[in-house]
Amino acid sequence: MSDTTVEDEATMAGDQHGATVTLSMQQALNRALDEVLAENPRAVIFGEDCGRLGGVFRITDGLQAKHGENRVFDTPLAESGILGMSVGLAMAGFHPIPEVQFDGFAYPAISQIVCQIARMNYRSRGTLPMPITLRVPSFGGIRAPEHHGESLEALFAHVPGLKVVSPSNPHEAYHLLKYAATRPDPVIFMEPKSRYWHKGDVDTADGGTPTGAKVLREGRHLTLVAWGAMTARCLQVAELAAEDGIEVEVLDLRWLKPIDAESLVTSVRKTRRAVVVHEAPLTSGLGAEVAQLITRGCFDTLKAPVERVTGFDVPYPSGDLEDEYIPNIDRILFGFQRVLEYRRG
Amino acid sequence: MDTLPLPDDGDTARPTPEHLRELYSLMAAVRHLDLSAVAWQRQGIIPGYAPELGQEAAQVGSGYAVDTSRDFVFPTYREMGVARTMGVSMVEYMSTHKATWHGGLYDPVKSRLAPIQAVVAGSVLHAVGWAHGQTLDGSDAVAMTYLGDGASSQGDVHEAMNFAAVMKAPVVFFVQNNGWAISVPTERQVAGGSVAARAAGYGIPALQVDGNDVVAVLAATRRAFAHCRSGNGPVVIEAMTYRRGPHSTSDDPGRYRSLDEERDGAGEDPLHRFRQQLQADGVADEEFFAQAQASAAAEAEKIREGLEALGPRPGNEMFGLVFQETTPALQSQAVSWREESEHV
Repeated sequence: MSDTTVEDEATMAGDQHGATVTLSMQQALNRALDEVLAENPRAVIFGEDCGRLGGVFRITDGLQAKHGENRVFDTPLAESGILGMSVGLAMAGFHPIPEVQFDGFAYPAISQIVCQIARMNYRSRGTLPMPITLRVPSFGGIRAPEHHGESLEALFAHVPGLKVVSPSNPHEAYHLLKYAATRPDPVIFMEPKSRYWHKGDVDTADGGTPTGAKVLREGRHLTLVAWGAMTARCLQVAELAAEDGIEVEVLDLRWLKPIDAESLVTSVRKTRRAVVVHEAPLTSGLGAEVAQLITRGCFDTLKAPVERVTGFDVPYPSGDLEDEYIPNIDRILFGFQRVLEYRRG
Repeated sequence: MDTLPLPDDGDTARPTPEHLRELYSLMAAVRHLDLSAVAWQRQGIIPGYAPELGQEAAQVGSGYAVDTSRDFVFPTYREMGVARTMGVSMVEYMSTHKATWHGGLYDPVKSRLAPIQAVVAGSVLHAVGWAHGQTLDGSDAVAMTYLGDGASSQGDVHEAMNFAAVMKAPVVFFVQNNGWAISVPTERQVAGGSVAARAAGYGIPALQVDGNDVVAVLAATRRAFAHCRSGNGPVVIEAMTYRRGPHSTSDDPGRYRSLDEERDGAGEDPLHRFRQQLQADGVADEEFFAQAQASAAAEAEKIREGLEALGPRPGNEMFGLVFQETTPALQSQAVSWREESEHV
């Protein structure tokens, strides 16, 4: 399944000293975790099937064999247990990197995430930090069973004490995970599972700044704001729009908490129009927060209200209806058509 | 019930007369502080309190077994007696009941007592994680987590016992079965009537002990710690005791149990019972008891003074203690709060 893992020394040899390599996101994440384990003896990886199997998505493939069963281990099948255990390990001075196998499996652990992980630093007045990096394969798009395609970013971002990040490509995945896994605070790391097998160039030596948002494509007519798997779709839309002479700027938000308000405002002050795209349901989604930050910072220059192109207020549907639910190219185009054609009344 | 194999290191030896007197003094101090705290709530000094009246033997006996140079304890919100026994600053501990800071102002790392936990069974899994960390580090330190008969209904307790057993984590699950979860009695809470009996299903050794006998509780806890320290995995102790007071100072037990039922259920007062025993064994005399009572009263008075002197925490701590690395949004909210509150 994976052709570049820690076990495959041959493919690793060419870039030992930091060069640009082509990796899938799965490979990039695997490599990042391998390096985190090597660099921080207190880092431990655990979860359901993370050890021998290497995880159902093979993100931890080969790591137990290389780093040992004390560093990478399987737990019983209970998410509250995994996250509750993370709190205790963090209190004992470890840097836990637990995995919740699928987004929807975070629900049984919500109490430990919200009431414990997010609050322990505060409750203990900073004496018990929670350097926990929770990896969550997230979002939809793979025709999976129920509870395997959820977008929980608004839920997590609403909780004081949590930080939330989502990479959009292999390069971002590698660098953001290495950064997140060395932070002293809890970070929910939302991996866009539909992008695991897409390849891209990873410059292992230069990741640029690991915080804030990132402009993936420059444009002057309209800003598309997205994160995770939706950034790739927005780049496709930008390509199509360019054929019609519309120059779309694509902003990869990356950090969903804290949100980089400054980059949002800088981009939209230039383009004067914005559409935010996410897979999560519309109502009280993170798009509302983004729209408010843009409106507040760009009210005088905005040519139209900020539009949202999102999933619907419905339970995430079965695979057959998945493409109807996830914002597709047409819906995004309609969204920015509304923005471009907006006339003040 | 006792399915714990006896350790052979002699750690379970009966306490010396000096230790017995210390145990009594601790119980007397805890009793006095507990009664005082209820009074302070009625006087408006603190807004609320969760009494542990009747659980002094269970708390002092178990807390006394802790080695604060290496072990770590995970309390609920009703372990004042454990905190006092472990030597935690009681003004800093009681500050949570003064609504100064959730979790208390004491340093959990230095005092080896995790912050006060308001979620029922919330910290039981933390003990398992901490204990597994000791295994990974090759340490012989032990985690002890407190829970009640009510908490035993929570799924996290099952997950914790299963994880601990699978990983052979050095955890003592110390259950204080005090008969009541607010208004619901144990028979409507714990199927089968015993939390300790469940341990067999996980392959965990268990002890059910008279929770109102401080010496028995201490011996059971020491045996459990010795078992854990030797790498044998977790132990469940169920200390059978009775919540003599209300669930909290907001509770009204008259709505769910009569005074007669309370008298019958509570049995003999653990403090009185220990006193009789020490007297009968010639370990302590009237003068000692009078002295213990006087120093308990003096201690409570000092704690009251400390609590009354305790002002509110500066509001900027709300923002500053959320993260180790703060965020721009928090910084800007802190600025707004400061600017806008100055006009009030």
